[in-house]
Amino acid sequence: MSNSVIKNCMTPREELPRQLVLSTGVIAWLVLILAWVLLAASDIVPDMFLPSPVQVFEAGVRLAENGTLMTHIWSSFKVVIIGFVISSAVAVPVGLLMGSFRIVQAFLEPLVNFIRYLPVTSFVPLFILWIGIGIEQRVTVIIFGVFFQQLVMISDVSRGVSKDLMQAAYTLGSSRRDVVMHVIAPASLPGVLDTLRVTIGWAWTYLVVAELVAASSGLGYISLKAMRGFQVDVIFLAIVIIGILGLITDQFFRILRARLSAWAS
Amino acid sequence: MGQLKTLHSVDQQDNQQPQDDMPVQLRIDNVSLRFPKPDGGEFTALKDICMEVRDQEFAVIVGPSGCGKSSLLYLTAGLNSPSEGEISVAGERVTGPGPERGMVFQGYTLFPWLTVRENIEFGLKRKKVPAAERKDIVDFYLHEVGLDNFADNYPKQLSGGMKQRVAIARALANDPKILLMDEPFGALDSQTRLQMQQLLLRIWEHKKKTVVFVTHDIDEAILLADRVFVMGSKPGHIRRILNVDIPHPRTLDLAMEPEFIALKREVMDLLHDDLNEIH
Repeated sequence: MSNSVIKNCMTPREELPRQLVLSTGVIAWLVLILAWVLLAASDIVPDMFLPSPVQVFEAGVRLAENGTLMTHIWSSFKVVIIGFVISSAVAVPVGLLMGSFRIVQAFLEPLVNFIRYLPVTSFVPLFILWIGIGIEQRVTVIIFGVFFQQLVMISDVSRGVSKDLMQAAYTLGSSRRDVVMHVIAPASLPGVLDTLRVTIGWAWTYLVVAELVAASSGLGYISLKAMRGFQVDVIFLAIVIIGILGLITDQFFRILRARLSAWAS
Repeated sequence: MGQLKTLHSVDQQDNQQPQDDMPVQLRIDNVSLRFPKPDGGEFTALKDICMEVRDQEFAVIVGPSGCGKSSLLYLTAGLNSPSEGEISVAGERVTGPGPERGMVFQGYTLFPWLTVRENIEFGLKRKKVPAAERKDIVDFYLHEVGLDNFADNYPKQLSGGMKQRVAIARALANDPKILLMDEPFGALDSQTRLQMQQLLLRIWEHKKKTVVFVTHDIDEAILLADRVFVMGSKPGHIRRILNVDIPHPRTLDLAMEPEFIALKREVMDLLHDDLNEIH
């Protein structure tokens, strides 16, 4: 490594060669896994509390072979996607309107700012009473956890659209409707996609909350069952899989943003 | 294609100064603009402004910063309403923004998610002009502003001068009755600004539009204007209207001519008087 690269590493905001950036990321993973392996091999933590990576992998193979792993992954994935899509499909247009029209904001904001600070977990017992313990209940928990946050974030994004652009559009013959559809909406797109990317991560968190309390399938459910049977390897497996699924959904939105709003970066 | 035909036919006319017998295109009649102040009082930005701009005239408003010259342009665009008085363009009272009053802003207002071509055809799409005709009009104006090869670029790939050229093309593509320009070259470096002044002169000499151009740059005002409206401040008012009887085509060399220098002296004196009256 030459001196200039070392100097760039020490300089704020300085770009680095792509290879260095990638390999540094890989090293972070290796350090984590190595620490895990060493800790598992040592006597510091008893084996029953901390499985080795190999044991977790074996647990994965075991559950994959009888087909249960895929069933549970699919069950969780389905809940997250259904809840997230319903929530986003409402939050995006309503959020845009909230950011565009002062009257919509005046109506919704006091309410939404109250609701979004209510802990979602405290509603789970209520939802179980109202909706039961089927998939609808878990979907509801995710919608409730994500929707109000999305609404506020998307409304902020659309309120941030430059007034100059709107005025330019008016002088070019746009109606008010045109300004919403052809200026505010496209100008908000990068911010909306960023919001979706952040909130789908939260959706995964609320999924596990919902599944730990009331579910008969899913990754949260198998962790809870594994706890009762003291199968720490399965709990680890569930955590790792949720991490990977979260990473995939996050990358999906990252790529979508790069594709749809290349003009913004 | 109607618009393009008139463009070309105007091309062939000669460029003498016909303004005196042209109809009034913009009439600003006793316009005042006041804002409430936080302390409960009122701030008068513009007081009793009266001015007329004739069809095909290039009017430049010059004045010290804060004299309300941009506010006057925004009122004309319909982006704001006067507290008193009336503004009309081509005999029609201004009640809100509309495509017959095109505007080029000081800041960059290109739509960043649209290409250069899509930016220029934005207004045409709102008017539901058919695609083939849109293409002809956009191609024409791309050529006028010298950006034929940049049709598919996004604004972020353009320099500041190029962005303002697109903004000019975008406003003209709508074929407005009047073109309002709010210090459009204010953010550009001085070399680019000179280039843009030449480009604007050339376009205007091709296709005589009624233009109202706001600037605080005296050279720019005299170079471009048929008439210079010199404004004073506190509250904003028109101090003097000066005729610039220098024939077109004009070039930057004009800045060395005695006529030009005499006019410049006059405008500078008016602006200095304004400063002295305030202090």
